[in-house]
Amino acid sequence: MNDTKLHLIGKPRRRVDGRAKVTGQTKFADDIMLPRMLHCKLLRSSVPHARIVRIDATRALAHPGVHLALTGKDFKVPYGILPVSQDEYPLEPTHVRFVGDPVAAVIARDELTAFEALDLIEVEYEPLRTFSTPEESLEHEDPRIHEYGNQGNIHKAVSLGFGDVEKAFAGADEVFEDTFFYQGNTHLAIEQHAAVAAKDPDGKLVLWSSTQVPHYVHRALARALEMRAAHIRVVAMPNGGGFGGKCDPFNHEIVVCKAALLLDRPVKICLTREEVFYCHRGRHPVLMRFKTGVKRDGTITGVHLKTVLDGGAYGSYGVVSTFYTGALQTLTYHIPTYKFEGCRVFTNKPPCGPKRGHGTPQGRFGQEVQLDKIAEKLAIDPAELRLRIVEKPDTLTANYLQVSTTGLAECIRRVVAASDWRNRFRKLPRGRGLGLACSSYMSGAGLPIYYNEMPHSGVQLKLDRSGGVAAFCGATEIGQGSDDVLVGCVAEILGIDPMDIRSVTGDTDLTPVDLGSYSSRVTLMMGNAAIQAAERAREFLAEGVSRKLEVPKGRLVFAERRVFDAEDPAKGVSFSEAVCLAEAIFGTLGTTGSYTPPKAVARFKGSGAGPSPTYSYSAAVVEVEVNASTGWIQVTRVWIAHDIGRALNPTLARGQVEGSVYMGLGEALMEEQEFRRLPKRLSHALVHKFPSILEYKSPTALDMPEVITELVEHPDPSGPFGAKEVGQGPLLPVMPAVANAVYDAIGVRIDEVPITPEKIIKALEAKAAGKPARYGPAHFPDVPWPETLQVPPPWEGGDGKAINAPPRPSKELARKSHAPEVVQS
Amino acid sequence: MMRLPYFRYLAPRTVREAAEMLAANPRDAMLVAGGTDVLPNMKRRQQVPGTLVGLRQVAELKGITNGDGLCIGAGLTLTELVGYLKIPGPYAALRQAAVQVATPHLRNVGTLGGNLCLDTRCNYYDQNYEWRKAIDFCMKKDGKTCWVATSSPKCLAVSSTDTAPALLALGATITLVSAEKTRAMALADLYRNDGIHYLTRQPTEVLTAIDVPRLDGWRSTYWKLRRRGSFDFPVLSVAAALKLAPDGSVEAARIVLGAVASQPIEASAAAASLVGERLTDEAIARAGELAAVPARPMDNTDFTLAWRKHVTRDFVTYALRELRGDDMSKLRLSVARQLV
Ligand SMILES: Cc1cc2nc3c(=O)[nH]c(=O)nc-3n(C[C@H](O)[C@H](O)[C@H](O)COP(=O)(O)OP(=O)(O)OC[C@H]3O[C@@H](n4cnc5c(N)ncnc54)[C@H](O)[C@@H]3O)c2cc1C
Ligand code: SF4
Repeated sequence: MNDTKLHLIGKPRRRVDGRAKVTGQTKFADDIMLPRMLHCKLLRSSVPHARIVRIDATRALAHPGVHLALTGKDFKVPYGILPVSQDEYPLEPTHVRFVGDPVAAVIARDELTAFEALDLIEVEYEPLRTFSTPEESLEHEDPRIHEYGNQGNIHKAVSLGFGDVEKAFAGADEVFEDTFFYQGNTHLAIEQHAAVAAKDPDGKLVLWSSTQVPHYVHRALARALEMRAAHIRVVAMPNGGGFGGKCDPFNHEIVVCKAALLLDRPVKICLTREEVFYCHRGRHPVLMRFKTGVKRDGTITGVHLKTVLDGGAYGSYGVVSTFYTGALQTLTYHIPTYKFEGCRVFTNKPPCGPKRGHGTPQGRFGQEVQLDKIAEKLAIDPAELRLRIVEKPDTLTANYLQVSTTGLAECIRRVVAASDWRNRFRKLPRGRGLGLACSSYMSGAGLPIYYNEMPHSGVQLKLDRSGGVAAFCGATEIGQGSDDVLVGCVAEILGIDPMDIRSVTGDTDLTPVDLGSYSSRVTLMMGNAAIQAAERAREFLAEGVSRKLEVPKGRLVFAERRVFDAEDPAKGVSFSEAVCLAEAIFGTLGTTGSYTPPKAVARFKGSGAGPSPTYSYSAAVVEVEVNASTGWIQVTRVWIAHDIGRALNPTLARGQVEGSVYMGLGEALMEEQEFRRLPKRLSHALVHKFPSILEYKSPTALDMPEVITELVEHPDPSGPFGAKEVGQGPLLPVMPAVANAVYDAIGVRIDEVPITPEKIIKALEAKAAGKPARYGPAHFPDVPWPETLQVPPPWEGGDGKAINAPPRPSKELARKSHAPEVVQS
Repeated sequence: MMRLPYFRYLAPRTVREAAEMLAANPRDAMLVAGGTDVLPNMKRRQQVPGTLVGLRQVAELKGITNGDGLCIGAGLTLTELVGYLKIPGPYAALRQAAVQVATPHLRNVGTLGGNLCLDTRCNYYDQNYEWRKAIDFCMKKDGKTCWVATSSPKCLAVSSTDTAPALLALGATITLVSAEKTRAMALADLYRNDGIHYLTRQPTEVLTAIDVPRLDGWRSTYWKLRRRGSFDFPVLSVAAALKLAPDGSVEAARIVLGAVASQPIEASAAAASLVGERLTDEAIARAGELAAVPARPMDNTDFTLAWRKHVTRDFVTYALRELRGDDMSKLRLSVARQLV
């Protein structure tokens, strides 16, 4: 399709849900008030690691106003987002793994009563050794935090080899080795998770929840409650932000369902901010070691990346996150040989999981900072270096990711021009600096979370005689604008106004499936499904109009709420008339569309993480000022260019880019999911340092610099109207660009995030003392890596399979792990 | 969400009534003005008064006059105070401190009296009930140990009020009224370096007024360190006031540090070092070094304590350079993310 044919797509527009949001009329889960509704509070473990010796809720149950108390014995079946990590109970029956792990629930007439009754529940714990760091977990096999996993407290260790990196290093002119640390951080969505469960009048279960993944919650409920899935309805309410924090099925959701079923009364829970910090599933803290070989001209000969992820207390998406710390490195620059080793360990802290960019920002940070060091050593401008080595379009990478279109070079050129890079990089006075970094991200995971061959997204349309259209899709509006994308795509094809369309989304009873709002998949997958459904509807209408006007179908134009003859625009009918004409012929009108991603080329174990229909690209330049005496950092401007394929609604696309920059600056400069261990001789405590929105520092509006956004638009054949993702990719270059800018400003390397004034002062002190002018981790721990799975890259004649695949696990083992191992996000 | 515990609410209309209500419930009652400190504390069960005596309707506390000096009612909101000090003159420090408290919404309800009596803060204490239970509480509330310094006999929670250092630098006095008597004292005497007993005010006393003397020939300023341009409490602040002679030499000086102890700390040696001197770079640097000496930050706020100590002299020099007349707007913008 070309631009001239599009009426709505590509033009800035007010989003369809904008009015409701700015006038406060959007109903979030916590806004739901039902007659006879009760309130639930969870009692959470006050110890970091222990066996539960005894738990007694009798006194709580006797408290006036309390209707029900639940404990671990009320739930028999574990659940979890990945088939390979079904390791959570709604209420833990025997073994608590972090401060905040729920052990009991009270359902009472109001929140205060429930809260007071929590204190009446008696829990006796037998403390176990506490693991607060990955090093401790690697060192001690016992006690195990979980009974499953690779060994001891290692949840998952993987090793993948694409070509011979050792040979590549031997053939390089320079080999660089750097260790980086990326601190964990959390999503900090403004809306705290809330859920309401009720039996509907038929006796079936309904859950309204702030979730990004109603489909997976639906499956988890059926499993954990041992109920027929067809008798459970999950409604995803609009999320007040998600960012990956609402992508798991959660214990509180299952608990309120159980309570509503037992009491036959609606039950609500709304988490406190502190509890949201305990749900977490945020960015994994990752320690990483990058070894990169380069030729004098900057050509990369090989990369060996090792990562250790601090997973926290549960599996969550962790197996996938582990792969993602090493999956997308190959998309930006040509890397002929690549080895990746990743290891996730359990610790006694809230579980980590997917946060915007899922697993990718950490590795990307190390890669882009190291590239800056390489450029300096080789005396090549970092922008020039990157332009020399950018990966070409239509390439299969060393690890079998299919690059189709890439606008990376143009992104680099745009930010270089806009920031006056050539005249200013390394030329600003001391204390001011510029830094550049790039990145790439998936437009939707190519594989579902549980193995199946069905579509990933479905859209149904119902056309009414009035000219109104209803669009149904399981996708979840989490603030990113998916309702607007749905309506926009349908409106464009049918030539009507977005206001003529009602979107019904995120409801497992009413809408066809969509896997959820994660992995930047919704615009591409739902968009394609919507286009298919709308084109099918257009076909019906065209038939009706064509017969009436006696104009061939191919000449009909759908625009401005009319269907008319392209050669004689005056000859036509209104859209509603077109519906009537078609309805008279075909009966009442409804169509469906669906989308299934193309099959990935890669077929080695672990290749599920990374494949995507297409990838977005971004480049950013950040300008900073750093005070040499205090280390105080101010980001003064950010230029960012994002290859989006096509911006369906540029207003929304820019919002996503700016929001990504905002979140990226938070991660770069201040956000930390930090923990505090009290002196061991006095206390067992290991607690979140400050689970509050006041002391968990995230930038305010006043801390935001000016952001200059450039959208690079070269339509991608696989995207709806050529669109690629924009929700996560633009976050990725921000953190390394800040680090590189700090170096340009003040001449010290901060090889970790967040980059704080304290670290700058420490690095400056090290420099003054004649030590390396850097602040960052020095060591990388010893990890018992498994045998490397050898997959020869395409240019070595590989076919995407491993040449040393270990024997398939015996049937007994396979049964034990519940389900086939499928990995992606 | 977190819920308030049950409490009784009393609504006096005069200071006298308020004082009598306090006297009738000496152990159980607390005053509430804007409630931006005490109500969150109650939600977290850090403070659990059975009775709140609300000052909302006490009109006497809401006046402000500028005659022979400033007389400010304790019930004035910070927004009202900032609005009144549009042309602050020698009281610039007070305006700058007030305008940097919390956020606009909180300043719209938070009062000056509440700000001066603000509870001391600590990362181990400003946590909800369940969190504090997980560390077995601490000395300031429900526990025995001080987790900041386990051998410390007293609580080291931090005085985090923005306006107190500014008002101290301006030499303010206050009036406390109880059912029995009215007393006036220097604001400095309101504070004690003890995280639990941080005020000398009796639980039965109402802070009614803050008087700032006439300060002809003085100039003042306030610099606040916090991570972000809004929301955050100070983790270091410097209030400085100087009286300059016509030849530019310092006739009198006061430098007060906030958020480095359980009470605001006067850097008297630093101030004394300036008297009789012109504000040369050297004199300013020396004052900066001297001022940093009494700063004893602990590891219970945002940022590391070593760094907070390290930048104390920088912040003192910022303040003094500004009082000398240097254009500090760029630095101010970088540190405060706004011009104040
Ligand atoms: C997110 C957040 C950020 C904040 N940031 C800052 C900040 O940056 N700087 C800062 O200084 N403060 C900050 N605060 C604290 C608070 O908002 C302010 O200090 C405010 O001025 C307190 O005034 P108030 O009237 O709301 O006090 P209240 O909560 O009503 O009272 C506070 C205390 O003073 C006592 N009290 C109140 N009035 C009187 C009186 N007339 N006589 C005797 N005792 C009295 C109360 O009993 C109570 O102990 C912040 C608070 C929050 C929630
Ligand atoms: S300083 Fe010590 S006693 Fe005081 S609040 Fe903090 S931990 Fe508790």
